[in-house]
Amino acid sequence: MLEFRKDYFADERRDDLDVIGKGVQRQDMLGHVTGTTTFFDDHKMAGMGHLKVLRSPHHHARIRHIDVSQAERSPGVRRVIRGADVPRNLNTLLGLIGFGKDDEPSLATTKVRYRGEPIVAVVADSERLAHEALARVRVDYDPLPAVFDVEEALKPGAPTVNDVYPGNAFEYHDRFDHQRVRFGDVEAGFRSADHVLEQRYQMSPIEQAPTETNGSIAAPETNGRFVVYTPTQGLFFSLDTCAKILDVESNALHFVGGTAGGGFGGKVDSLTEPLAILGAMLTGRPVRYVLGREEEMQFGGPRSGERIVIKDGLMRDGRIVARKVTVWFDSGAYTRLTSYGAVKCAAHVPGPYTIPAVHGDFYCVFTNRTPATAMRGFGVTGVDFALECQMDKLAALAGMDPMEFRILNAYRDGDMKAHRREAKNTALVECVQVAAEKARWPIREEFRRASSRTGGGGERARIPPTPKDTSPPKRTAGGSTYTPSVAPPPASSWDRPAASPPATPFQERFAMPPPPPAPMPRPASSQPPAPPPPEPADRREPPPPAAPGPGTTRFSSVFGTRRR
Amino acid sequence: MKTPVQFRLNDQPVAVFVDGGDNLLTALRDGVGDVTPKFGCGQGACGACTVIVEGEPRLACITLAEACEGARVETLAGLRRGPDLHPLQSAFMEHFAAQCGFCTPGMIMAAKALLDRNPRPSREEVVEAIAGNICRCTGYEPIIEAILAAAASARRY
Amino acid sequence: MPITVKTTATFAEAADLVAGNRAARFLGGGTLLMRDVNEGSVAFETLVRTTEPARAIRTAGSRIEIGAAVTIAQIQAERDLAFLHGAARLIGGPAVRAAGTVGGNLFAPSPYGDLATALLALDGVATLQQGASRREMPLGDLFAQRGRDLRGVVVSVSILRPESADAFRFRKVSRVKPKGAAVLTIAAHLPTSGGRIGKARVAYGAMAPTPIRARAVERALEGRSLDRDGVAAALAAAAEGTDPADDAIASAWYRREVAPVYLRRLLLNEPD
Repeated sequence: MLEFRKDYFADERRDDLDVIGKGVQRQDMLGHVTGTTTFFDDHKMAGMGHLKVLRSPHHHARIRHIDVSQAERSPGVRRVIRGADVPRNLNTLLGLIGFGKDDEPSLATTKVRYRGEPIVAVVADSERLAHEALARVRVDYDPLPAVFDVEEALKPGAPTVNDVYPGNAFEYHDRFDHQRVRFGDVEAGFRSADHVLEQRYQMSPIEQAPTETNGSIAAPETNGRFVVYTPTQGLFFSLDTCAKILDVESNALHFVGGTAGGGFGGKVDSLTEPLAILGAMLTGRPVRYVLGREEEMQFGGPRSGERIVIKDGLMRDGRIVARKVTVWFDSGAYTRLTSYGAVKCAAHVPGPYTIPAVHGDFYCVFTNRTPATAMRGFGVTGVDFALECQMDKLAALAGMDPMEFRILNAYRDGDMKAHRREAKNTALVECVQVAAEKARWPIREEFRRASSRTGGGGERARIPPTPKDTSPPKRTAGGSTYTPSVAPPPASSWDRPAASPPATPFQERFAMPPPPPAPMPRPASSQPPAPPPPEPADRREPPPPAAPGPGTTRFSSVFGTRRR
Repeated sequence: MKTPVQFRLNDQPVAVFVDGGDNLLTALRDGVGDVTPKFGCGQGACGACTVIVEGEPRLACITLAEACEGARVETLAGLRRGPDLHPLQSAFMEHFAAQCGFCTPGMIMAAKALLDRNPRPSREEVVEAIAGNICRCTGYEPIIEAILAAAASARRY
Repeated sequence: MPITVKTTATFAEAADLVAGNRAARFLGGGTLLMRDVNEGSVAFETLVRTTEPARAIRTAGSRIEIGAAVTIAQIQAERDLAFLHGAARLIGGPAVRAAGTVGGNLFAPSPYGDLATALLALDGVATLQQGASRREMPLGDLFAQRGRDLRGVVVSVSILRPESADAFRFRKVSRVKPKGAAVLTIAAHLPTSGGRIGKARVAYGAMAPTPIRARAVERALEGRSLDRDGVAAALAAAAEGTDPADDAIASAWYRREVAPVYLRRLLLNEPD
């Protein structure tokens, strides 16, 4: 039952709101149907330069030499931009919240790691002139062996895709090569089960394909700032990313956005803004950088491909007694947001079911493919596809109706979830009942009468004894021994706040006082490792499930620390 | 070398200078300043730049600007008469037939090209008419409903 | 160099301009070339077009001559070309059909060129303007020379008028309906007498870099009847001589695997 707590913010609340259940016109609809909605590319400025990018034709290659001399003399060229022109030519998106290491250049300098990777940018008086100049850039490549498969990439001897992560796996909390869930004893569960079913699933990368491609227009403003018209899905995220890459204070940038011609996760990566602004800085003109459709498909990050292996122990009566899930996320050549997708996946497994033994391993793997990123429920929808296919197969194995099978295994209020949190406000039973009714799918009376509010808790609320893992998480080479292949940039305005504990500006803004008890580990690579992160849950006495509410601390996998 | 091109845009004479190889989309957006047709692909694949040339739906991005010399061109900017919306515009509003709004100008022009020739289309004919227009948000159903509703409305332009 | 557009009064002048310049392309409806312009291709610098009309459709005996500038939309509106309406409506959306031309479709790279595939199955013969003179060239030869040493500009295409509505068949397999690009396209002209197939012509689109004749299938159909037993040998030979591509629409393997399935449906008039 939904509970409306009206005692919070009572003085700020209006109690006469009544729009739910009614059709309300969108505020932007008139603009849409009359064509007066202003998208980023609808801004036209005199003297605008057009930026185009030379992209790698190789999946993996060392760059021996780049010759731009002919391109610089090409007609209409205002500026040729190379990696050395980018103030901080190494970034990772979630570096803004201290998550992950800078691993992706704006323009490749020594190596290309996927087909379509940007190498040289040209600002010219027209798109045609920019294309002609790019055709005159000479790049001398030394092709390298490439790896396209997540499991191949983790084998010893596989080509190293991204030198920042030599093992081809993202490093969580600077030391672990994957995320884990451990709850109960799955091996014992498999031994006691009547059936054991192990299946593999593969999801392809999915391109968001917004109708409006990525792009942006940047122009000098009269006060020394730069205005940026952008379709970004994260305006301040993009602004901060650009400030970091361009090594300027964020108040030097004036972002105008809010109107995206479709995004679906494909417009959070700041694919064009940094170079558009840099172009405006280096030419003193407005600069427009818009991806063509082929570029959008080749260079715009899709949802990661996912390989999923699920092994279940099933009893004859239909109860699932153990579930082991391994997921490899194909992050492509760089991290972008896939590291976070794997965390979401870890938080989602085993799905909305109460299973007394759950074991999960979740890898974010680097391959020589287009870097993957956010895309509509990334990290969750793919594994849900696999889990629900698995549920149908298990139902068949148990000789049960698939709807009834889901009701039987559904979590109920008071159950203990694999993440050691009490299940509350559960509703899967009711969802299945409604779905069955709408589909005129007959289910038996006892399943029609089932309720999420009964049958949970008790024995199902118990945290089972969890054996100590005999294979502790691999401590990756990163964090303690990694030395960047490029010299670290000199300390800059950007570096200062990040290096001053106890919290990054991001945390200061979002973690309200009192400050987080454990400072986020964010060691510089040349320093000794930071204090170890909180011990994994399975090595501790499980805390009693506390009712979340004001003042409760919660563990955040992303932040690697406790937050309010 | 710029080339002059003159045509009638939404019943008004316009003249622009274009570069060789410029498409009609560039001529409209950068030359005339009518930004209602959108760039979605530059490949004639998405329909966001759909305009009407000589009564036929055309994709402005793959139409050579110079080939439009003397032609009658219609865009979404010319649909509204003063404060009154075209029946298609009203129907798109009423049926929530837009979400991000980027495909909407092309979608409405593809629909107008249909209704100009076939004022009472079947559902199948509506689907056929917008088959070249991609919408990634709505799932098409509200758009089809809106076009059928506009056709059924008594109001005529 | 920025692109230069040259507009001529006659096909002869256009053919001269194209013949003397490797960086020149003849522009038809623009659905192919303008894509390359927009993607920034520097493979060509000159676009040549002509104002000489080429939009006539003439019936002469057992053949029909279609002007190179006839659009797909015009085919859809032409009663004499009713046998091509099914193929025409599976090409692009209405706006692509209003621009795309018969002449241009002959140069569409795989997986495009559905109409060209239909014309190939209908014994298409192109009339090419070469300098001041015109010559005829069967479409099979034109496709073989396309992109290599083909000279001249297509002025028209002459095709066989199918002897009955059922004699010409066309299937396009696509993932998006009704306008997706082809996994494969099959067109066939199957004249029959006394229940036996006479001179069969079967053409594939998207099964090679250009539309191709399925000659092994044609041979296997000759003198047979259009039933399960009669088409068995043709189905066994369905993938013979094909050279499909791996692309975003389908893999070469998949195209070869499904070719016999769709060929059977076409030959036996089975639903998709």
